[in-house]
Amino acid sequence: MTTLIDRRGPSRRALLAGIGAAGALMVSGAAVLNPREAWGLEVSALKPETMRTLIVMARDVYPHDRVPDRFYAVAMKPYEADAAKDPALKALVEEGVITLDTLAKARYGVPYADVGWEDQRVALLREIEGGAFFEKVRSGLVVGLYNQEDVWPIFGYEGSSADKGGYIDRGFDDIAWL
Amino acid sequence: MAAPFDLNDDSVVVIVGSGAGGGTLGTDLALKGVKVVMLEAGARHNMEDFVNNEWESFAQLAWTDMRTTSGSWRVHKNFPNLPAWIVKSVGGSSVHWAGASLRFQEHEFKTRTTYGDLDGANLLDWPITLKELEPYYARAEDRMGVTRTNGIPGLPGNNNFKVFEAGAKKIGYKEVSTGRMAINSEARNDRGSCQQIGFCFQGCKSGAKWSTLIAEIPRGEETGNLEVRPQCMVVKIEHDASGKASGVVYVDKDGKMQRQKARIVAVAGNSIESPRLLLNSASNMFPDGLANSSGQVGRNYMRHMTGSVYGVFEKPVHMYRGTTMAGIVRDEAGFDTKRGFVGGYEMETLSLGVPFMAAFLDPGGWGRSFTSAMDGYVNMAGMWLVGEDMAQETNRVTLNTEVKDKHGMPVANVHFDDHPNDVAMRNHAYAQGAAIYEAVGATRTLPTPPYPSTHNLGTNRMSEKPRDGVVNKHGQTHDIPNLFVSDGSQFTSGGAENPTLTIVALAIRQAEFIAAEMGKGTI
Repeated sequence: MTTLIDRRGPSRRALLAGIGAAGALMVSGAAVLNPREAWGLEVSALKPETMRTLIVMARDVYPHDRVPDRFYAVAMKPYEADAAKDPALKALVEEGVITLDTLAKARYGVPYADVGWEDQRVALLREIEGGAFFEKVRSGLVVGLYNQEDVWPIFGYEGSSADKGGYIDRGFDDIAWL
Repeated sequence: MAAPFDLNDDSVVVIVGSGAGGGTLGTDLALKGVKVVMLEAGARHNMEDFVNNEWESFAQLAWTDMRTTSGSWRVHKNFPNLPAWIVKSVGGSSVHWAGASLRFQEHEFKTRTTYGDLDGANLLDWPITLKELEPYYARAEDRMGVTRTNGIPGLPGNNNFKVFEAGAKKIGYKEVSTGRMAINSEARNDRGSCQQIGFCFQGCKSGAKWSTLIAEIPRGEETGNLEVRPQCMVVKIEHDASGKASGVVYVDKDGKMQRQKARIVAVAGNSIESPRLLLNSASNMFPDGLANSSGQVGRNYMRHMTGSVYGVFEKPVHMYRGTTMAGIVRDEAGFDTKRGFVGGYEMETLSLGVPFMAAFLDPGGWGRSFTSAMDGYVNMAGMWLVGEDMAQETNRVTLNTEVKDKHGMPVANVHFDDHPNDVAMRNHAYAQGAAIYEAVGATRTLPTPPYPSTHNLGTNRMSEKPRDGVVNKHGQTHDIPNLFVSDGSQFTSGGAENPTLTIVALAIRQAEFIAAEMGKGTI
């Protein structure tokens, strides 16, 4: 089972099959694909549609327009491995997505991940806010998204500094606009 | 190196904990020729092992053993099993502290007299005065190398300070500086000067910041009189038939139960573990726990009125670069009831990295209000608000008998409700903090709720009369003459100031008292 995000990108056939789906995320076989960012994420414990929904939901919970999908995918990836080991977690996630999709279909006629506008999806999230599924995803993201070293430069955070001699010669007092 | 002492050596002083209180006390006693066994629940990490990564460092250093919470404080909702952000490691929370070293003000030793009988509060004057503590403050400042004392220059201001200073001066504050910090601004006592690394909370990797781990304990060990035993969790203090402390039972690094005999026991496990240990040591003779004839063990838990304000600006600040807390406004620290509350507060620069900012900015928050603030991270300046909170009997550390640790001992439950005075002070401080940043062009200011407590105080408080508290003015328990408390749990009131300097001053004073009494043969 490969659950690594790789940069091979989707096959041409998958691309063709997926064109027209809402957003840049599509499902092909057992994988979630993002052709624009050229990565794929295979799943087996969770349904690929579930993983796609989780990634869309992750961005809706903590939307950062300058942060590519792959960081949200990396944040959600552990649910695949955890679901394989933990049936209760797997049920929480799969059933949580079913609930969300049911709400989406009732209001917009399509599953959550295919609802076209962020505001509409966020309105659906407000309905499940505070529930066990929502809280699991949200609280997991606090570490899963913001603790990725590769995402820090997007926020302008430079991370570890002692190994670079601290900031004594690297701008600890370089503010010029005051 | 320290000579190991025998488990049956009943001439040793056993100190539980190695932080600012225990580490200083143990070192001073060793320097005076007293044999000391220091039992530390955490492992020994050296400064080269510290990690410049917030979550990794948290996993390395923080006390994450099970605790429970209750009460209306928001920490209970967002961090139900993490009431406090303190350290389990040799050096205790002196490894994690930011270095702010302020003396208490005179009136803060006399809160009952100064503030009166505040409804719902359990105020009490300390049995000591500022004047009595001044010589010990002076000694503490000298050995810790506190800037702006003893001719030591202040630290240079970083970007976060410059924004804070400009705003503070613009709204008329006068007492604005990079503060009194136990961080070397120049080489001193074999330790180098600050390299502006940031990550002061994660353990100083240059050794510029004072901690008992690097600045005290090694000096004690050199005498051969101090033995530090890491990864040794004390579960019970024992006493003899006369009611005197006789030793401690602990679980060693291999999980084996051991019994160390003692002439004197000093408890310095911070304000949650110290009362927990006294309560867990209940016996037939002391059914309510040791030193608890007053019923005050665990009560009057204080955590300082805290909160943070972050300001977002049009241009970059890079607040995380350099010393985390070298910046202070002291103008609000005094006593002035015109503001609608008693006591005062300090405003101190503070920064968090992206990982902890995400965790603490608005715990539980989500959506664009949250993420747009995070998007402003690099343009953010930050400050911490820390003021005196009111002792209340119902704010309390108790044993949660429903939840046991891995040794079968009930864990601590920490109950806390804000006093109305705390709320009034926090609201005032939020408004003043926001005004500072708005004065220099903040486009948005964000009040941030209190983090899990870093200043845990008051749960074994000092009192003149045995019925009002747990220990006397030397930290000696009223009930058991050879049982001492040596950490911030002795505090009768919290003051507006960061507590470490006072903990160290009290430990120096206590070491003098213990050595003298041992010499006289009274204990």
